[in-house]
Amino acid sequence: MVAVTEFLYIISAALFVLALRWMSSPETARRAVVAAVTAMIVAVGGTLLHPEIVTYKWIAIAAIAGTVVGYPLSRVPLTAVPERTGLSQAFGGLAAALVGTAKYYLWLHEGGLNSFRMGVVSGEVILGCLTATGGLMAAGKLAEYIPTRPLTYKGQNIVSITLLVVAIGLSGLLVWDPTQSWAFPIVIVLALIFGVLLILPIGGADMPTVISFLNSYAGLSAVAMGFVLENKLLIVAGALDGSSGFVLSIIMCRAMNRSVTNVLFGAFGSVQARAAVAEQRTAKSATAVDAAELLSNADSVVIIPGYGMAVAQAQHRVRDLFDQLSKRGVDVKFAVHPVAGRMPGHMNVLLAEADIPYDRLVEMEDVNPEMPQVSVALVIGANDVVNPAARTDEKSPIYGMPIIDADKAHTVLAIKRSMNPGFAGIENELYFANNTLMLFGDAKAVIGDVVKQLSGESAGH
Amino acid sequence: MRLDLLTTLLFFFMLATFLGLDIIRRVSRLLHTPLMSLTNAISSIAVVGAIILAGEAKDPLTTTLGAIAVFASTTNLVSGYLITHRMLGMFKKRESK
Repeated sequence: MVAVTEFLYIISAALFVLALRWMSSPETARRAVVAAVTAMIVAVGGTLLHPEIVTYKWIAIAAIAGTVVGYPLSRVPLTAVPERTGLSQAFGGLAAALVGTAKYYLWLHEGGLNSFRMGVVSGEVILGCLTATGGLMAAGKLAEYIPTRPLTYKGQNIVSITLLVVAIGLSGLLVWDPTQSWAFPIVIVLALIFGVLLILPIGGADMPTVISFLNSYAGLSAVAMGFVLENKLLIVAGALDGSSGFVLSIIMCRAMNRSVTNVLFGAFGSVQARAAVAEQRTAKSATAVDAAELLSNADSVVIIPGYGMAVAQAQHRVRDLFDQLSKRGVDVKFAVHPVAGRMPGHMNVLLAEADIPYDRLVEMEDVNPEMPQVSVALVIGANDVVNPAARTDEKSPIYGMPIIDADKAHTVLAIKRSMNPGFAGIENELYFANNTLMLFGDAKAVIGDVVKQLSGESAGH
Repeated sequence: MRLDLLTTLLFFFMLATFLGLDIIRRVSRLLHTPLMSLTNAISSIAVVGAIILAGEAKDPLTTTLGAIAVFASTTNLVSGYLITHRMLGMFKKRESK
């Protein structure tokens, strides 16, 4: 019976690998979900055959409860996907921590504890606990239940690292003498607190990176569980998840020109004192009529969406604009910055939801060389990712960050609610440039007006 | 003797990590959000460990912790797959007019 389970696990692991391979393009991606679901069914089926299981009662009750809670979580609006992801990572961490804890007490009472087991159990519990509270904190920040500004105090990094060192030290003691069971709950508590402290100082703008990191930790907790249960499938699946989170974190860090340590310990965006920009400058503003005329006479338009577009729920109006302009033979593209949105790839999903064909979504690297030939760059709710200070102002906190060169287009139209600086709290030179026209107001209303102008015009012809 | 097991498992971990890094680098940037929800769902493979704990009926503590772990993993499993499926369904090419 156990042999059957082991063979089924091999099939399951192969299917997981295939699933991730098929994520390489939107055409094959739907197959990926089918493969991953099959992998999970095979693995769970194989596990249920395990002879050590004597009752299915609690398994069934817990699985039904999980399904009841899981289903609504899959129906959240797409703007809330980052929070859901954070929550899911917290649950993953929790599961690992609970299994580790259960195994520790089981072995402690049965006398099966040795230093190998103690070492891997400690690893699993520490990783699991910090992912659990870290994921919850990240979800809280993303849903804005917790302030998105970095919360910092003096000596913060020292306190956090001390906590982790003590937790690891106590684990070392347990490895040396597993019967020192008083230390185990302390390790749990310290790891839980460490998870909270890890996320507190991180600002809202860094959330895409943080969520990727947590993905990695959730994967590593599964790996640690694999070591505890001596289960190779858990190790393989966890390692795939862990490396995915790692690759995404690196991509996010590069897209912001920041190092990993800087994201985790730098408290980005905490520098609020910007006394330098004191002089009052005026930006030129335009009306929907001006904008409609400008856009309909353009050869090519590049739309640069930011999270502000999603907040205003303007995606569908943007789609109408895209249709109107395409109908007139204007070449419309969407330039998506890697960190636009609140998690990796978030903006692409939001645009796809509005039925914008994905072959119109272009990468920052591909669009930048073309920007000087573009007639109009339309910035909707994006801010830091089009801030030319990243190229020119060495003192700016975002200096060196790759940006979409909106300012190089012949004309820039920027839709903004007000002149307040964005998420990271940095002034944007783009709005004061000579070739920039501002459209003040709610993105949805402004684009709606522009579309009305355009469709009114075409009806008149 | 335990060293033997540790090295075998570490071997699996090492190889799977390199494989993972290589595959993930090829994932389309368009799909990074669905990728993350899919890997979330995949990491709910932890359910496998939790199922045995909840079903062994060794003592009430183990059963309780195991059952909560099954609950947490199933939540991830169900919501992760469904939302990935939902998001992927939105990626369409330009329709031919």
